[in-house]
Amino acid sequence: MSLIEIKNLTTIFGKNPKAALEKLSDNSNKQQMLAETNHVLALNNISLTIEAGEIFVIMGLSGSGKSTLVRHINRLIDPTAGSVLIDGVDIVGLSRKELLELRRKRIAMVFQRFGLMPHYTVLENVAYGLQIQGVKSSERLDAAKQWLERVGLAGYENQYPEQLSGGMQQRVGLARALASDTDIILMDEAFSALDPLIRSELQDEVVNLQNTLGKTIVFITHDLDEALRLADRIAILKDGNLIQVGTPNDILLNPADAYVEAFVRDVNRARALTVDTLMQPPELRLTAETIGGALAQMRRAQTDIGYLVDDGKYAGVVTRDALEEAIKEHGAGHATSEVADETHAIAQDTAIENALQTMLDSEHPVAIVTEEGELAGVINQQDVGEILAVSDKDEKSEEKEA
Amino acid sequence: MNIFPDFKSPIVDATNNAVNALVEGYGDTFNEISGSILSVLLLLENALRAVPPVVMIILIAALAYLASRKILFTVIVAISLWAIGALGMWEQSMQTLALVLVAVLLSVVVGLPIGIMSASSKVMRKITMPLLDLMQTIPSFVYLIPAAMLFGLGKVPALLATVIYAVPPLIRLTDLGIRNVDDSIVEASRAFGSTRWQILLGVQVPLSLPAIMQGINQTTMMALSMVVIASMIGARGVGETVLLGLQRNDSGLGLVGGITIVILAVLIDRITQSYGNRIQRHRSEGV
Repeated sequence: MSLIEIKNLTTIFGKNPKAALEKLSDNSNKQQMLAETNHVLALNNISLTIEAGEIFVIMGLSGSGKSTLVRHINRLIDPTAGSVLIDGVDIVGLSRKELLELRRKRIAMVFQRFGLMPHYTVLENVAYGLQIQGVKSSERLDAAKQWLERVGLAGYENQYPEQLSGGMQQRVGLARALASDTDIILMDEAFSALDPLIRSELQDEVVNLQNTLGKTIVFITHDLDEALRLADRIAILKDGNLIQVGTPNDILLNPADAYVEAFVRDVNRARALTVDTLMQPPELRLTAETIGGALAQMRRAQTDIGYLVDDGKYAGVVTRDALEEAIKEHGAGHATSEVADETHAIAQDTAIENALQTMLDSEHPVAIVTEEGELAGVINQQDVGEILAVSDKDEKSEEKEA
Repeated sequence: MNIFPDFKSPIVDATNNAVNALVEGYGDTFNEISGSILSVLLLLENALRAVPPVVMIILIAALAYLASRKILFTVIVAISLWAIGALGMWEQSMQTLALVLVAVLLSVVVGLPIGIMSASSKVMRKITMPLLDLMQTIPSFVYLIPAAMLFGLGKVPALLATVIYAVPPLIRLTDLGIRNVDDSIVEASRAFGSTRWQILLGVQVPLSLPAIMQGINQTTMMALSMVVIASMIGARGVGETVLLGLQRNDSGLGLVGGITIVILAVLIDRITQSYGNRIQRHRSEGV
């Protein structure tokens, strides 16, 4: 069972949403509904699932409904139709008391404009969630102090939010969300108001926190680079419709429609894609311990190149030329590992951008190895060239059309 | 041809009958209410008058210093109070002060909840706003007559008339202040699981405090401006002096009373304003 499950969620804003809902048909869209009924179709039949422990990014431009969607998860906004299940319980049916309990114990939130209490000190702000829960003053301030240290703001306890820079204020917002010790954190354009350097710093912080604390984070952004950087999975919204859900690589390589394609066109693919998206199986996994055996293996496979695997671990690339030369010199009993060239190998999660130098240095497809040192596959320089050239091609064809 | 039907006599008769019925049927109840309000008022008045003027001047000057943290301002306050005494208006000023303080207290007790309610409900706003217009424009003598009949002449009807006249700005400014509280802060409070009361007392009221303070200031000023009218139905105090001057054609006495009212008004205004400014400054320091 998924942690959060959104089913057929439709939300209409206006005087009489229920009446407008009845007029909604399968092919209705936002503009049409506004013209016909003067109601705003904020979300149109959205269904998606969010798994425990992932960073799920909801992306869209302003007016796409992303901020509305995330507010259904803690029911700051009630849907017109559909359901939101958390641990299988539909929260649309919760009583007022149960809803407060949900907001206090399960879901914390970080806001674009911080939403800090200007009349509270930084420390009191971090302790706010606990204060609402009725935790004793000394206890909650102790806890708040620890979280404040955790986000790097020790020493600012007694300042007021307005005395802090935007980045620091959002750290306070983050600490406040963490202090409630919920398993879900909603982040609504949390870093959009910050300058780029601070933003990337805080993005790293979020990834770090998620790794160590295992929170489920639902992150809203209009910035694709931010989405690609943070996300385990991305959902793309447009005019209240869910266009595509997938991993960052899915979105980049298989955009669902022209809208997503236009979105991803400007992305620096070399930076956003990791080498394993282009990974191919190696032409040959060499296992023979002697060069004679290795050459025989290569002949059977009818290939000129092999990747030596020794005791499960990758041990280097071996070419037929090198083998033949070595046999002439040392005889067929020589160890294969002596011939293998280990200089070029790339870790599986490396961005293409960072692997380019290694790939260019090597004459052969370069081995990709897992964290444990196993051979996962190889990457072909030609494939890299093709995928990086795609965006150029698109631009040229566009220019021609124009 | 007469196109006007007669609305006048039914309204006049009905109102008179209603007031008479109230006086006859519930006279004792109103007397009791009047008595309890009067006892609070007298308690405060006697306390203020019992304090020796020197001590009172020092106390109010200290209050002014606490509110403003300015020496010059404090000295001016002390001198103004001394001037009131020198004008021979000390006793009357203390009586007026007592009336104004109780009127403001009552206004806050009544006005704050109404302001809060009208900020959170459109229906409530639609009801209160025209009522407030009515309260601010209708001549106070209109309700002074039935009030005097119900509560008897003296301080209590004067107090009620003062509250009716003085409470609207507090209600308006409370309503405005609460509706102007940043939505994103209220939303954050909701998102962390606040109850309505927690949002109201922890976020909305503290954040609209500058506006509410402004409202209390305005209410105080308006209460003070009612003292002359209040004296017409028997409330003692500075207003009485002005009234006496008017009745005896004694311009000098009228002027002394007038100057005293102005001094009192300026003092109360500046002290409450500087307190309001200080809580605001604390909030926005470092910006």
